[in-house]
Amino acid sequence: MSNIKERMQDIKVAAQKMGKAVYEDRQSPKHITPRQEYQKECSKVTTLEEAILKSGLRDGMTISFHHHFRGGDKVVNMVVEKLAAMGFKNLHLASSSLQDVHTPLIEHIRNGVITKISTSGLRGDLANEISHGLMEEPVIFRSHGGRGSAIATGDLHIDVAFLAASSCDPLGNACGYSRSEEPKSICGSLGYALPDAQYADKVVIITDDLVPYPNTPNSISERNVDFVVEVPSVGDSSKIASGAIRDTKNPRDILLAKQAAKVIINSGYFRNGFSIQTGSGGASLAAVKYIREEMLAQNIKASFALGGITAHMVKLHEEGLIERLIDVQSFDKVAAESLKNNPMHKEVSANEYASADEPGSATHYLDIVILSALEVDENFNVNVLVGSDGIIRGAIGGHPDTAADSALSIIVCPLLRGRIPCVVENVTTLITPGSTVDVVVTEYGIAVNPRRPEIAERLQKAGLNIVDIHALKNKAESIIGHAAPLPFGNKVVGVVMNRDGSVMDVIKNIEA
Amino acid sequence: MMFVPGNNPAMMQDAFIYGPDSIMLDLEDSVTMAEKDAARLLVHHALKTIDYGNTEMVVRVNPLSTPYGRKDVEAVVKAGVHVIRMPKTETADEIVELEREIEKVEREIGCLGRTRIMAAIESTLGVVNAFAIATASKRMMGIALGAEDYCANLKTQRSPEGNELLLARQTIVVAARAAGIDALDTVYSNLNDMEAFRKEVELIKGLGFDGKSIINPRQIEIVNEVFAPKPKEIEKARTIIAAIREAEQRGTGVVAVNGKMVDRPVVIRAERTINLAIASGILKEEDLL
Repeated sequence: MSNIKERMQDIKVAAQKMGKAVYEDRQSPKHITPRQEYQKECSKVTTLEEAILKSGLRDGMTISFHHHFRGGDKVVNMVVEKLAAMGFKNLHLASSSLQDVHTPLIEHIRNGVITKISTSGLRGDLANEISHGLMEEPVIFRSHGGRGSAIATGDLHIDVAFLAASSCDPLGNACGYSRSEEPKSICGSLGYALPDAQYADKVVIITDDLVPYPNTPNSISERNVDFVVEVPSVGDSSKIASGAIRDTKNPRDILLAKQAAKVIINSGYFRNGFSIQTGSGGASLAAVKYIREEMLAQNIKASFALGGITAHMVKLHEEGLIERLIDVQSFDKVAAESLKNNPMHKEVSANEYASADEPGSATHYLDIVILSALEVDENFNVNVLVGSDGIIRGAIGGHPDTAADSALSIIVCPLLRGRIPCVVENVTTLITPGSTVDVVVTEYGIAVNPRRPEIAERLQKAGLNIVDIHALKNKAESIIGHAAPLPFGNKVVGVVMNRDGSVMDVIKNIEA
Repeated sequence: MMFVPGNNPAMMQDAFIYGPDSIMLDLEDSVTMAEKDAARLLVHHALKTIDYGNTEMVVRVNPLSTPYGRKDVEAVVKAGVHVIRMPKTETADEIVELEREIEKVEREIGCLGRTRIMAAIESTLGVVNAFAIATASKRMMGIALGAEDYCANLKTQRSPEGNELLLARQTIVVAARAAGIDALDTVYSNLNDMEAFRKEVELIKGLGFDGKSIINPRQIEIVNEVFAPKPKEIEKARTIIAAIREAEQRGTGVVAVNGKMVDRPVVIRAERTINLAIASGILKEEDLL
């Protein structure tokens, strides 16, 4: 049988057996437009208003954002203003975090546009107003890993995600950097936006650099994107951090950094192939400098650095001292550029970074983490969210995630910030349970959690000044005195979720 | 010796955490006229309430010729200061006068002889009188160079090489040694050039100074590094001390180590090396047993 017509009977039988139709050539016309032109007709590209209308967003639904532009973000204010103008009410705003720049939300809360907020942190005027009872519904605070889990499990269901991107093609392939000659705004990793892109019902990419298809390698895939909106600017990159490596000149930070570095070097975890995460504070960054010197001296290389990636980490990576960078958030422009240029600098989602319920998340393979704190208490509990004045002034970030999953968690904080003691009897708000905190480094000595006697022994042997956590608290009290209790009211203004989805603490309104 | 302004509570509160050998709380040049009384009170209470551990506490008072000097002396002696630093000392008489003031207060509170004196020499006349100043009182524990005023008086300015200070520095070291007290060098104020600072510390260590005045905790590490004896020096010193002890037990006077005769100056240097090593935290006292 040489001819398809002669085989037709058999084709029909085969199709019937499989329950399928038989192919019919409908002679549909080919699109012959050159593809550079054709892609511009892509129906995903639209205006913000159209995207909102087509997304099916209704009053009472949940909208989400990421905070990779930190203080330079323009998208939250832009979108909420548009939603307010379009008459939306009663929305749940679920951002990975909120900053000083989001002060305009206060008006939208007063006007009933936003009635519920989920975030990792709050700062500035918005935080102050909420601490004083601006909202009827308490703000839900989650860690970065906790937010990823909540989105994946449906605890936090997102109806429409509005995600800023530094570049995007008409089909929706988006990145936190751009390969254009003069990128308008770059933020590096889009790690905190990836769960939103994956799980939200509708995803709107908002970009100021609409580039031709294919915008590869991409971080958000077109498969997850419904609309692409081009705007003049999505963020001010200079507000993420300039990226120039500037060593701190603050003597207290230097002292804390040296102590933290000594803790790491003598902890037993400082060995070839170790992994590390540091924060972006002056002391954390300076600690990297001293660890680097010791890595060179002992010929030790790290397998990976995790988390918020900084210019310091990029430098060590490019020197060959850190094999790989795993980046959920780029803390400065150097890190953002490195993500674009260095093949071993990998972007990960919040879930791959720090989900408690994903055994493969990177934090589980982290040896050492250096973290900061607003307060540490006598049970090693840490607060990074609410100031000692009872006003919200920070963010949970990945603090509890990394403390819990790492082999060694080190908190670096001064005993005193001016007249405010940082080692206290009880933290104002519980964010990271003491059972996950191993070492507290202060300028008056190093306290080791009694659960880790082997660490205390190693550090003592190395000649470090190991002190009892109670002695630190007493020292602070002897200098500053006993603080009067905070004037909290009876209204719950915030709920702190543990990363496992349970409720860990509440924040009451402050009356002063 | 770290200088800390006597009107800055935040700095006074935790200056010792950086580990300087001594802290000098200043009531003189870093405090404006309007704040003299407030700073005196602050320093008094700091000395009485803050636990500075083993740090030697020094206060630079205003000259006795000002309306503040005597009040300063009274306030800090009563607070238990270890050392009073007299600024701009030009003659031995000024030290004698200061000693009288100190004694008056000490008698009143019943702790005669507790407070020691350090004199800062900051003029050509002071340099000429260095030995007389260094021996003006049995309370004298050290003399220090104040280079800025000295250079102004000399009608020159400080240079990176420090040639203009050479005579003053050597005079002060010689006078201190002759009097059996410590010699301390002046401050270096460019915090952005740590390499130049290191060179200056190396220079003054070579001239024989016992230490350096500093204005920022970041300078401490460099001073300690320069002054700390090197491992080879420590080893040699320990060998010498051991040989001497052995010789003493055997009752022989003259000792040779590695074929070289060990005489008294060598022993003194070895002892100084060991003491510095202990002070720098390189050696522990129990290591010597």
